[in-house]
Amino acid sequence: MAVEGIGARALRKEDKRFITGKGKYTDDMVLPGMGFAAFVRSPHAHARVKGIDASAALAMPGVDAVLTGDQLVGDGIGNIICGWMIHSKDGSPMKMGAWRALEPETVRFVGQAVAVVVADTQAQARDAADAVEVDYEELPAVVDPLSALEPGAPQLHPEAEGNLIFDWEIGDEAATNAAFDNASHVTRMEISNNRLVPNPMEPRAALADYNDAEEHHTLYTTSQNPHVARLVLSAFYNIAPEHKLRVIAPDVGGGFGSKIYIYPEEMVCLWASKRVGRPVKWVSDRTEAFLTDAHGRDHRSEAELALDADNKILGFRVKTVANLGAYMSLFSSSVPTYLYATLLSGQYNIPAIHANVKTVYTNTTPVDAYRGAGRPEATYLVERMMETAAREVGLSPAEFRRKNFVRSFPHQTPVIMCYDAGDYDVTLDAAMKTADYDGFPARKAEAASRGKLRGIGLSCYIEACGIAPSAAVGSLGAGVGLWESAEVRVNPVGTVEVLTGSHSHGQGHETTFAQLISERFGLDTDAVSIVHGDTDKVQFGMGTYGSRSGAVGMSAIVKALDKVESKAKKIAAHLMEAAEGDIQIEGGELKVAGTDKKLTFTEVALAAYTAHNLPEGMEPGLKEGAFYDPTNFTFPAGTYVCEVEIDPETGKTEIINFVAADDFGKVINPMIVEGQVHGGLVQGIGQALLENAAYDETGQLLTASYMDYTMPRADDVPSFSLSTHETLCPGNPLGMKGCGEAGAIGSPPAVINAITDALGSNDLTMPASPEKVWALAQSGMKQAAE
Amino acid sequence: MYETNYHRAGSIAEAAELMAKAEDGKLLGGGQTLLPTMKQRLAAPSDLVDVTKIGEMNGICEDGDGVAIGAATTHAEVAASDLVKQKIPGLASLAGGIGDPAVRHMGTLGGSIANNDPAADYPAALVALGAIVKTNKRDLAAEEFFSGMFETALDEDEIVMSVRFPGASASAYSKYPNPASRYAMAGVFVAKAGDGSVKVAVTGAGQDGVFRMPEMEAALASNFAPDAVAGIAPDADGLLSDIHGSAAYRANLVTVMAKRAVAAA
Ligand SMILES: Cc1cc2nc3c(=O)[nH]c(=O)nc-3n(C[C@H](O)[C@H](O)[C@H](O)COP(=O)(O)OP(=O)(O)OC[C@H]3O[C@@H](n4cnc5c(N)ncnc54)[C@H](O)[C@@H]3O)c2cc1C
Repeated sequence: MAVEGIGARALRKEDKRFITGKGKYTDDMVLPGMGFAAFVRSPHAHARVKGIDASAALAMPGVDAVLTGDQLVGDGIGNIICGWMIHSKDGSPMKMGAWRALEPETVRFVGQAVAVVVADTQAQARDAADAVEVDYEELPAVVDPLSALEPGAPQLHPEAEGNLIFDWEIGDEAATNAAFDNASHVTRMEISNNRLVPNPMEPRAALADYNDAEEHHTLYTTSQNPHVARLVLSAFYNIAPEHKLRVIAPDVGGGFGSKIYIYPEEMVCLWASKRVGRPVKWVSDRTEAFLTDAHGRDHRSEAELALDADNKILGFRVKTVANLGAYMSLFSSSVPTYLYATLLSGQYNIPAIHANVKTVYTNTTPVDAYRGAGRPEATYLVERMMETAAREVGLSPAEFRRKNFVRSFPHQTPVIMCYDAGDYDVTLDAAMKTADYDGFPARKAEAASRGKLRGIGLSCYIEACGIAPSAAVGSLGAGVGLWESAEVRVNPVGTVEVLTGSHSHGQGHETTFAQLISERFGLDTDAVSIVHGDTDKVQFGMGTYGSRSGAVGMSAIVKALDKVESKAKKIAAHLMEAAEGDIQIEGGELKVAGTDKKLTFTEVALAAYTAHNLPEGMEPGLKEGAFYDPTNFTFPAGTYVCEVEIDPETGKTEIINFVAADDFGKVINPMIVEGQVHGGLVQGIGQALLENAAYDETGQLLTASYMDYTMPRADDVPSFSLSTHETLCPGNPLGMKGCGEAGAIGSPPAVINAITDALGSNDLTMPASPEKVWALAQSGMKQAAE
Repeated sequence: MYETNYHRAGSIAEAAELMAKAEDGKLLGGGQTLLPTMKQRLAAPSDLVDVTKIGEMNGICEDGDGVAIGAATTHAEVAASDLVKQKIPGLASLAGGIGDPAVRHMGTLGGSIANNDPAADYPAALVALGAIVKTNKRDLAAEEFFSGMFETALDEDEIVMSVRFPGASASAYSKYPNPASRYAMAGVFVAKAGDGSVKVAVTGAGQDGVFRMPEMEAALASNFAPDAVAGIAPDADGLLSDIHGSAAYRANLVTVMAKRAVAAA
């Protein structure tokens, strides 16, 4: 390794361990005497649990215990909660139905756990779980969110009449209606956002170990935010007070949001370990992951855009129904509200916006944040509307967008957000140039000569990351503050350990975070290690989601580094008998400006710990901590251009070219940023073309394995053309905005805009399956022939 | 997955004996279908008898104007075989389009046809080429062998040893893959025999598994060109319909894949 600072394409320090199979995941953890948990799950989407007979299971070899919801409730274990309070427009609080980790009375989705078996081996536990007899009385189920709101629909929770969780609004309704009264053109669309299953490579897992002598629990688990997990398990679920509960999230193989939440299974392992007196491990299989990991998206919307005679936007009106599934997961209420409707202004000057969002219960897997969380839904809506409006008024999609771009900052939108910095023309121009947008008609004609249909589509996205100013989110209903903490420990030999509350599960923090220290002190990145994911090591942290680890997590590190630097300079100045202001750090040395006097960083670190000669009154040691609370959200933005070619005989869509021009603010490691964009784009293209969680009317998940749920593969996507264009975020010390979700947020509308361009028909829902595209291509050709 | 006992048979006789002794035994080929089924707890054999190490069930050799392929031969071996490429190019390309590289290096011809998944590729080749399935008990013509969705004429414990594929003067397979599983949504194998007769077999689309398209066969016998089949489609009534494609869409795919197979043959 070497000194690799900000902007270096440093290779990932963590990859050696991952590539050589030396990573340590939860399932790699083995404890003496450990037993295995297997869950008894409902085969019905909606049913009353009339009785559970565990006698046959208990008699099977190796079986320790069969535990049920009555015992769980009896032991005082709390209900699973949603941590973000939303009020309906009439002022009433959201209607949260009771969610028990093991359900004693009424199951509400296929896969919901009603009991757990603990046995000596995983196979014994599974066999015994199959032998637990549950007497169900089936109830009618509802899976479609619009049907769930209809009178007479099956009722899920007594707390939520008509299955309505809340009926929320944002923006100025009167002003928006007035804008429509004055409009010279109105574009209207019905837009749905398909339900997705997150599918991280590593399924969820938990290993819980209760020490009765110390009344102390340890939980190894696949978490994106171990401290939040500990807080919720302690404060709401009554597992143990925080000082008696250690949560360790070791190497974690992807999350995409699905590992933010505290699920029934992890909690049951903690409780079961105490009950049976042995460590208890559970590892989700892929079917369980499909059925129980929180799903993403699932919106139905009606949108209207009002334009004046000059094609400037006057107003935007949106009505959305969001399906939250059978229960309210941890952040489920914030996703279709403050993470969604606050982005409905897109990159545009829109004087008036009003959005109404209804959230509903259905007999489906709970829905929560998934890569992008609300912003993909907003971006899809806005960018489908922009492209459609441009087509309707006969402007080029780029020209129509340019007419409406926000160009002066800060820009206050009508939906809370205040955009701090950006340059949307730059990314639009760059993307169109790279995509050779002007050469498209010739390519379309050439494709037509081969019987193929070509289309091109744009998406100019904006999103909000770096969540978030604690006071701001607190006023909007969040149950927690969204700051981050860090501690920088310089060892006596001058190596550095950084403890961070951010959690890496694929993001490469061990590399990018080390680059900050390398840059600051001129140290080799190998002299730095990043410690995360253990509540006993790191004091506190809010974890990783919402592309916050750079803008928030690294900002906390920078604050701690400032303190370390200042103390190191004081020590160096004292030792070299110079003024503190004259000390400069360069190439791993602290120098007195204008002289040849210098000390190495190591010498200063050692001096701090020997403490033989420190400035008067200074404490020994070189270790500083900091908390950073952001001042605003950050606003990554950019333009994506997608070009497709369709085979009208089969409906197969091939992505010929995909260009992304992004503004992420300051980029620390371009290689890692590109990797994040690649992954995000593939997930977004997956949503647009392939992925869909489909239920039948009885609530059975039809796509519960890879035989039916289409994950994007390498041959479904082209090589991407990426570029970044930096406007610095003024809100944090590094000027970072975040890059983890942009690809998934910006890409779906680009793909669908391209396909609808090729087909000359706008009547297309995601995923654009071959059959749907074929049907539109055929009717298009029929029309053309007539 | 349920726990099970694994046995590796060294000969067909040993395999038959192990199966006879087992409480609820299953033959194991490449395990690409059976093991996932067991992992999903849809099958719980007490014993697995691995037949892939039996010498006489492995390998490809010339057989008259065609080829004989051992039942334990992997899809990758068939795809890479110069002999198959030369004699029946459509068969080599079919094998090269099954699943992904990992599946092709494990999965076997015998396992595939014994399973008779309605979306599997091989059945189309066997039927269109008029192949003979040789078991440890008898010889079966392909059309007798495949008897319905996931059903074959095999007795319990009967072992597929090899398949004899007659040669063809022209052959090609064209497949439209299911986007998720990459099995066939519609796969059409077209084979022209030395005497000029043509067989067209369709997989992936039929409710009862592989089927022939006599109307296409007649049209192609007089004019072996894509246009000859462009207007011919199967009746959507007997076709599969699921979240990936309706029967009408599959009927269209059969026509399109037939045209493309003829063009490639
Ligand atoms: C990801 C994936 C993708 C796939 N894609 C495709 C595809 O695109 N097209 C396609 O056609 N297939 C596909 N397959 C299936 C693959 O071709 C399998 O190899 C095949 O279906 C089964 O062959 P096997 O050797 O693995 O048999 P196994 O799974 O071992 O056995 C299957 C069945 O055959 C029986 N059996 C095995 N050998 C014999 C024998 N010699 N005699 C009698 N019975 C026997 C077994 O008892 C079992 O019932 C896919 C599989 C996977 C996992």
